[in-house]
Amino acid sequence: MASKLTTSNRAGWAFAFPGFGLLAMFIVVPFFFAFYLSLTNQRLISPNPTEFVGLDNYRSLLSISVLSIEPEVDDAGAVVRNEDGNPKYPRVRTFTRNNPEYPQYAGMREWFRWHSGDTAKVVVATDVVFWKSLRNTLMFVLVVAPVQGAIALGLALLINQRLRAINIYRAIYFMPVVVSIVVVSLLWRFLYAEEGLLNSILGALSFGMFEGRDWLGDPDTALGAIKAMSIWQAVGFHMVIWLSGLQTISPTLYEASSIEGASKWQTFRYVTWPGLRNTAVLVLIVITMQAFALFAQIDVMTNGGPLDSTTTVVFQAVERGYGKQDISGGSAISVVLFLIVLTISLIQRYLTREK
Amino acid sequence: MKLTTTLAGALAASTCLAGMAAAQTELTMWYHGGGNEVESNILDGIVSEFNAAQSDWMVTVESFPQGSYNDSVVAAALAGNLPCILDVDGPVMPNWAWAGYMQALPISEAALEGHLDATIGRYNGEVYSVGLWDAAVAMYTRQSTLDALGVRTPSLEEPWTLEEFNAALAAAKASGDFEYAFDVGMAWTGEWYPYAFSPFLQSFGGDIVDRSTYLTAEGALNGDEALAFGEWWQSLFTEGYAPGTSQDPADRDGGFVEGKYAFSWNGNWAGKVALESGIDDLLFLPAPDFGNGSTIGAASWQFGVSGTCEYPEGAAAFVEHALQDKYLAAFSDGIGLIPSTAEAAAMSQDYNEGGALEVFFELSNQQALVRPVTPGYVVAAKVFEKALADIANGADVADTLDAAADEINADIERNGGYGH
Repeated sequence: MASKLTTSNRAGWAFAFPGFGLLAMFIVVPFFFAFYLSLTNQRLISPNPTEFVGLDNYRSLLSISVLSIEPEVDDAGAVVRNEDGNPKYPRVRTFTRNNPEYPQYAGMREWFRWHSGDTAKVVVATDVVFWKSLRNTLMFVLVVAPVQGAIALGLALLINQRLRAINIYRAIYFMPVVVSIVVVSLLWRFLYAEEGLLNSILGALSFGMFEGRDWLGDPDTALGAIKAMSIWQAVGFHMVIWLSGLQTISPTLYEASSIEGASKWQTFRYVTWPGLRNTAVLVLIVITMQAFALFAQIDVMTNGGPLDSTTTVVFQAVERGYGKQDISGGSAISVVLFLIVLTISLIQRYLTREK
Repeated sequence: MKLTTTLAGALAASTCLAGMAAAQTELTMWYHGGGNEVESNILDGIVSEFNAAQSDWMVTVESFPQGSYNDSVVAAALAGNLPCILDVDGPVMPNWAWAGYMQALPISEAALEGHLDATIGRYNGEVYSVGLWDAAVAMYTRQSTLDALGVRTPSLEEPWTLEEFNAALAAAKASGDFEYAFDVGMAWTGEWYPYAFSPFLQSFGGDIVDRSTYLTAEGALNGDEALAFGEWWQSLFTEGYAPGTSQDPADRDGGFVEGKYAFSWNGNWAGKVALESGIDDLLFLPAPDFGNGSTIGAASWQFGVSGTCEYPEGAAAFVEHALQDKYLAAFSDGIGLIPSTAEAAAMSQDYNEGGALEVFFELSNQQALVRPVTPGYVVAAKVFEKALADIANGADVADTLDAAADEINADIERNGGYGH
């Protein structure tokens, strides 16, 4: 199978070499290195020799199962209930700690539970924090990818007009992208503080009806606050990509559609949107990958807290590999993240393919 | 002619100087206090006096910001670029010694005589590092606050009991004079948590790991005493006595002085600021006795010699030189730390007899307990920090401490017992 790529194309390969070389050195090699390390017990600091441990790291990371707990019964065999009439259950730790009858649950912790009848179904995992970080990351991606993409498109349509001083608006929307994410995160930490700007604005707008809340200190609002801030911060970048897409659409198409008497919506639906097809695929994939890599905001604003409500996969990988000196555990997380992002990107490619 | 002589003389002199410098073997030193001018000046003074006082060694200092110091050392060790003399935080030392980043410091026991126990970093029966100072923590409050709340003034011999302390917190809250009764310093994430809060756990009778073997945390971190500590710790936040993890760092630094808090759990380094702020009835009280004695953390930054250094005797000579009382007193006067010896304390402005911070020297001397001396401490400290933050945020006490004990045990196991 001789193709142009392999035959008499030395100059081409020579030109490609610097780029390929850097990619290989900083992306491909580290990935294989991470995959190898995840199969060992490599530590950051240790005089002990590195040992091959097979899939142990993945086992302790991913082990998860469901534990059914029957409510406590009294001597007469009736279910013990508290004042609200809810059944009383034995504690999960009685099953997972030092209980030879349930060796399969040893060392596991409760993640969440639901009830079927009087039986409590408890999802227990060896590494609850990892599962929580996976859930948080997915929730982040699910919200940020569509919302950020849509707002960026809206902004791009707004600034894609021949108005005086339009460049000022373009600059304003793009500014957060240029500022370091660490600085932005620090500023937003102050905005979100209990006596911060956001609470005072909401208080003033509601004539004092709104009581200040601790946005980043409350497990219910912390991740939402970080989503909002992240969308604001990077929306300008994607706006510029959309804008470049908009400007490749030929003006003759718009002229034709206006001669045909198309409404604004029809113009957008049948001229603009089809013309943005490739841009849309690019924006979607880029946002998804950036969102999966969420780290700096977490590191600066919450450190994963409160109660793991904002911890993310990348944050866990760094925290374990470097903070807790467990390079192999951090590598295992990286490999799992790589597989997830790869799968999602392939699915996105398939769904947005040229038919 | 005259010019030529001068030139020749200058040439001869500079050759001579260069010759002298070449005779001295260069020893590099890393220090954690980058960005602090006072601290750097004192250290530079010690170094230049050492270089001038003898002709064998020539020490050069590189300073790093404290926040990235440990990372820099780990990175340098992995790359094989460690300096000769290392500055190390007391509780981290066993980890570096175990990993081979440090070697035993060949210093004479005579040079260490009279030093506070916690300023000498011992591991596996050998001295690895020595500190020029220690740090201590006390309960900051005002005499007028105690009088208003009708609370007894505790002493070193008779600290508050758990009941007395809880009653004081309840009274402070009921008075309505304070935003919070007790500022424990939740805004200071990082090493502050294990340094400042693990003594509470130890006073209850628990610990981060079982110090008899250093091989397990089971029973120490999740035994009945630890559970009692955890419940009490959580009550500080559920009762509204203490500001939680989202405390504003500015409040942590200035809140007590402004009168927002009745009691503040803070280190000796904050003592000067509090005194200068015009509080004339400021008290530094010992930690409450929760049942197993009143205790505080100990061991601060210390000097040691790196594992790759070829001249440990040179490093030891420098450390011995730096341990002179006048330098200890200078560091104390400059940045407010507790001098390592009673003689230096007597020479210092604040820790001499009748000095404003004298009480801290006695706290260090009588109550200080070093954090677990094990290479696993570095990871255990992180686990402990997260557990305390989670409990403060309302996590189930028993489950959280169980999980923390499991995580510490798994880490010890993965490291082959850390050589214990």
